[in-house]
Amino acid sequence: MVMAEESEFHVLAVDDSLLDRKLIEKLLRTSSYQVTTVDSGSKALEFLGVHEDDSTSPDSSPSVSSSDGNHQVVEVDLVITDYCMPGMTGYDLLKKIKESSSLRNIPVVIMSSENVPSRISRCLEEGAEEFFLKPVRQSDLSRLKPHMMKTKLNDRTQREEVMEERGGERCGREIEIEPEASQQHHQQQQLSSNNSAPKRKAMDEMALSPDRTRPRATIASTTP
Amino acid sequence: MDVVQLQSRLSEYLKSLFNDGTLDGQFLQLQQLQDESNPDFVVEVVTLFFSDSEKLLDDLSSSLEQPNVDFRKVDAYVHQLKGSSSSIGAQRVKNACIAFRGLCEEQSIPACLRCLQLVKQEYLYAKNKLETLFKLEKQVVAAGGSIPSLDAGS
Repeated sequence: MVMAEESEFHVLAVDDSLLDRKLIEKLLRTSSYQVTTVDSGSKALEFLGVHEDDSTSPDSSPSVSSSDGNHQVVEVDLVITDYCMPGMTGYDLLKKIKESSSLRNIPVVIMSSENVPSRISRCLEEGAEEFFLKPVRQSDLSRLKPHMMKTKLNDRTQREEVMEERGGERCGREIEIEPEASQQHHQQQQLSSNNSAPKRKAMDEMALSPDRTRPRATIASTTP
Repeated sequence: MDVVQLQSRLSEYLKSLFNDGTLDGQFLQLQQLQDESNPDFVVEVVTLFFSDSEKLLDDLSSSLEQPNVDFRKVDAYVHQLKGSSSSIGAQRVKNACIAFRGLCEEQSIPACLRCLQLVKQEYLYAKNKLETLFKLEKQVVAAGGSIPSLDAGS
């Protein structure tokens, strides 16, 4: 059950070069990922359900796009983007993703043909998981899975914890209580459960954030 | 020629392209990505490289002919050309672009024009070689053979 779910990773690849898009798409497909490619940072944000001028709230469904009536956002497990792009650079895109409360947990990887140490550290500090030097190779892609699995695991853990609580509510704690008193008791239980759920979520977010700010990432480079 | 001879000729030709620096390891990466689901992958990608490059070389020519040359634009074009040549393993073209970018900083139009000629030459050389390679591959396939894969180590 768990295995099947984990093999369905969806990667969003961003690059203004058609040639490089074709390459990264083939590399990703060969690694058995689902791939969507876009040619700009703004198109990437659109695909992710963010409109540049609008801010997104964590629980809202994504804003309806102007072209089609029913805009459904597909789940993205990782964004891999070129650094040098006209308009919005890969760095700008990274920033926007990390600033968005609904998107900031999506791992982002930067690709660049130029080995500029200050660029690399800037990206890692901003929250990029990895920095790949182009041309990207098959071996570089093996570094992606841990990042995607970690996010999926955290998401699942959060969902499971919330489900556990809901299950607890339903699991008939009021079975032995007398009919008259049960209604009152049930109401009290519901109130206490509602109070505890948000607290747990906040704690989980705190557990995640120290990891976010600490740049743990490594740099993958091709050997000269 | 029989299939074996054609395959041998193809292998030798490909090896020569590595030996003279026309192609580097990235080209092998492309070949390794090619499979039954995408049997023309290498040709498709290289064809993209041809069309990208020709457009960029035209853009470079015209930007260097402007009354006020915008060297940032020139640099941007060379950067793109360097990127796509690097992506397919066209090593000599890539190296010519690296040299070109160094010149852009000096902002000397004559030097840039000379360098552009060098880049063009390298591009045309690579294009010629790759087209010949694809022709040889077609002959092998037409004779009923499969394209032998070159090991990264050989």
